[in-house]
Amino acid sequence: MPQYAVLIFERVAPEDLPPEVMEAHGRLPERIAALGGREVAGMALQPSETATSIRGGVVTDGPFIETKEVLAGVFVIEARDLDHALALAKLTPIADGGVEVRPLLGFEVAEAS
Amino acid sequence: MRVTRDLDAAEEAVQDAYVQALRTWARGGVPDRPGAWLTTVARRTALNAMRHRQTLETKLPLLLEPEEAEMPEPDGDTIPDDRLRLIFTCCHPALAQEAQIALTLRLVCGVATADIAQAFLVAEATMAARLTRAKKKIAAARIPYTVPSGGDLAERVDAVLTVIHLLYATGHTAHSGEDLVRDELTGRALDLARMLALLLPADREAAGLLALLLVHHARRVTRTGAHGRLLRLEEQDRSAWDRDLIAEADRLLVAALRAGPAGRFVLQAAIAALHAQAPSSAETDWPQILTLYDELLRIWPSPVVALNRAVAVSMVDGPEAALAEVEALERDGRLATYRYLPATKADLLHRLGRDAEAADAYRAALALTGNAVEQEFLAQRVRSVGR
Repeated sequence: MPQYAVLIFERVAPEDLPPEVMEAHGRLPERIAALGGREVAGMALQPSETATSIRGGVVTDGPFIETKEVLAGVFVIEARDLDHALALAKLTPIADGGVEVRPLLGFEVAEAS
Repeated sequence: MRVTRDLDAAEEAVQDAYVQALRTWARGGVPDRPGAWLTTVARRTALNAMRHRQTLETKLPLLLEPEEAEMPEPDGDTIPDDRLRLIFTCCHPALAQEAQIALTLRLVCGVATADIAQAFLVAEATMAARLTRAKKKIAAARIPYTVPSGGDLAERVDAVLTVIHLLYATGHTAHSGEDLVRDELTGRALDLARMLALLLPADREAAGLLALLLVHHARRVTRTGAHGRLLRLEEQDRSAWDRDLIAEADRLLVAALRAGPAGRFVLQAAIAALHAQAPSSAETDWPQILTLYDELLRIWPSPVVALNRAVAVSMVDGPEAALAEVEALERDGRLATYRYLPATKADLLHRLGRDAEAADAYRAALALTGNAVEQEFLAQRVRSVGR
């Protein structure tokens, strides 16, 4: 099945996410599977203050683009088509923000040798 | 209640409300309230509801026996038409609305890219690029070529109806340039509305949109007079309205109103039909129209709808009450670039004898319109309040 990235944007820092949101994140893979999709991988990012950016060789503190809604996580799903991907993405628990759904050109995880 | 000429243009311009509205409102979605039978109008009080329901049913003439006007039951195993799949794909919410419109014209209506570009006043290369980007998005993101199912359908139908309505509105009033009407767009929109109503025979909102466009189309020849001058509703020769189209709209509306709760397109169509029904401008049933606007605003809380409702308020409760509402909308700020707000405010101020302020408001409206016909109309309004 085609793969999509779901980018999670939150105004709320990860340490301030309500417990019900955290708990719902834990249940997300099974909810996605129940709708005929699959969560292939998931990444939770530390708060944006911990980020470091490099542009043209210059290192600066903070995320690449300063926004009120901060990139909080990315996960990869398999879905039949965009409508299916959107239905799955709508399951994402969000405190204050939203998600972006983008089709992947490819996804590889290198095996540890 | 004395009928005032000055507000006719604002009410007539309700058509144009939607061009802006479609870009700025927060859409609540098509309500699904099974069991809530709303035949015509909102309920301010139970008494009003009964009175208005009776009034509306007698006012919309039944040219056919009720059985003929009923909506056919949906076929359980209807094979989806390819045109349906195509139009739902072209109007997918993942595409920008201007892309939806361009794609629909190109792929569903078969209009040449050059002609679409001309209709929307952009260079052909720009329109070609817009179409290419949209097709690439459909392929890359895998927008499926299907008719949406189940829970999504109402929302997706609403998106299609919105595109068709925007198409009609764009053709009905050019945003800039000399002409007030662009017939090629309105004709195409009407064709699409007919097609959709045919392919989705049980969809009340599709019927509502078709009824709405039919009423507007019935009145199109009288929108402008000699030398392309914009005519107010009160000045229009009602005998020139296409009564066959209005009758067809009535049949659709009666059936839709009987089949279930009224959505935003059915309500807009009912308002338009009430205007078309009135033998003269002075005999317009404004209280009924206001009650319809109350319900429309409830299910579609858009500032443009609120502005048009204010016009109805002025006819029922007087200009002072309406002015308060318009000023509240001014403070709200969402209609800051919408020329019909200052134009409506100007009409109300004129009715209240505050002509200096009225002239200022007409000038504010003038500054917001690029349409030569409307500019002439507004300039004339400034002169008519003696400024």
